[in-house]
Amino acid sequence: MVDRQYLLSSKQVAAFVADGYLRFDALVPDQLNQAAMRELDGGLKGAPAGTPLDQLYPAPSAIGQIMRMPQIQGIIASLVGPAPLFDHHAIHVRQANEVQSQHLHADAVIDTAMHFDIQLMYYPHDIPLEMGGTVLVPGSQFRQINESDIGRYQNLRGQIPMVCQGGTILVLHHGIWHCGRRNQTDRIRYMYKLRLNPTVQQLRLWNTDDLNDPEIARILSRRHPWYEWASGRIEIMQRSKLWRLLTGDETYDTDYWLTRVENKLDRDLAI
Amino acid sequence: MRIRRQQVLVLYLADSALDSTVIGWSIYDGTGRAAPITGDNDSPPYETGLDALKDGWRVFQFPQLLPPYPGTEYATSFLKHEFLFERLEEIDG
Repeated sequence: MVDRQYLLSSKQVAAFVADGYLRFDALVPDQLNQAAMRELDGGLKGAPAGTPLDQLYPAPSAIGQIMRMPQIQGIIASLVGPAPLFDHHAIHVRQANEVQSQHLHADAVIDTAMHFDIQLMYYPHDIPLEMGGTVLVPGSQFRQINESDIGRYQNLRGQIPMVCQGGTILVLHHGIWHCGRRNQTDRIRYMYKLRLNPTVQQLRLWNTDDLNDPEIARILSRRHPWYEWASGRIEIMQRSKLWRLLTGDETYDTDYWLTRVENKLDRDLAI
Repeated sequence: MRIRRQQVLVLYLADSALDSTVIGWSIYDGTGRAAPITGDNDSPPYETGLDALKDGWRVFQFPQLLPPYPGTEYATSFLKHEFLFERLEEIDG
């Protein structure tokens, strides 16, 4: 059981719904980052997809220590609940002075479900801009596309290059568009990715003390610079649907977008 | 000998009008002088599609306006307003 002080707040979960990601800069202490680098260099034992997360990383394991940090347990529990399943993991390595970047993509395949998996991206060392890092497109998580079909999109307004300190954790909705940028330094770049599936309904799993904070409606209505004018409205509707699923409040809406089209004329006044 | 090579500019606009704001972009350079790649620039080359015309790019494809497939009216997917431009450049053959 995760101590309540480590759970996410409603505002943080709303930001995840709106943006499809949360970042926690320099969360992992440096000593653990150093140990993790050595472990990643030697490869990391996986497990079959569907293995409970708590069966992974038997001690001694620096990555295991990191994933068992109460702050990270709190993030995981808040988004995918207790006892999530290991989906897959990968050690992403970009060689020094690598000319190419990845094409933009979303992981796995097209997924029409409203509930979501999370992907934890762990950056064990500092990532300056010239080293590349992940670039992600905030608010892209509801777009129904299949993996690299979006590969022709080189740049979008508001894209976020992950420039960060060592020990940073990025948490992504599984649908977020992202790719690895080119590494223009003479150092190898590392990133560890872990995908987790929920095993419970994702209903109010976080610290809901601030659930009625008016700031939440503002977070859920903010637009991203790359949204088309019209489709951006539909993105807001998608967020409302997910917020309803997460909170259990079937009446939640932002700016009346969803309620307007749900209006059913079921009163018959004909004589 | 001078030969011609095509440069292609793809602009994604905020709506279906050519003079609306650029929200995304890609460049492919057949001259080989530049090799733009994913995530290499956070600032668009033009503010609007019309600005690209003013700078000498020729538009060769407008996106079609298609109604949503039934059942997908409230779903989002690919960027809808994708305009294709070209420029022919001479290089040494």
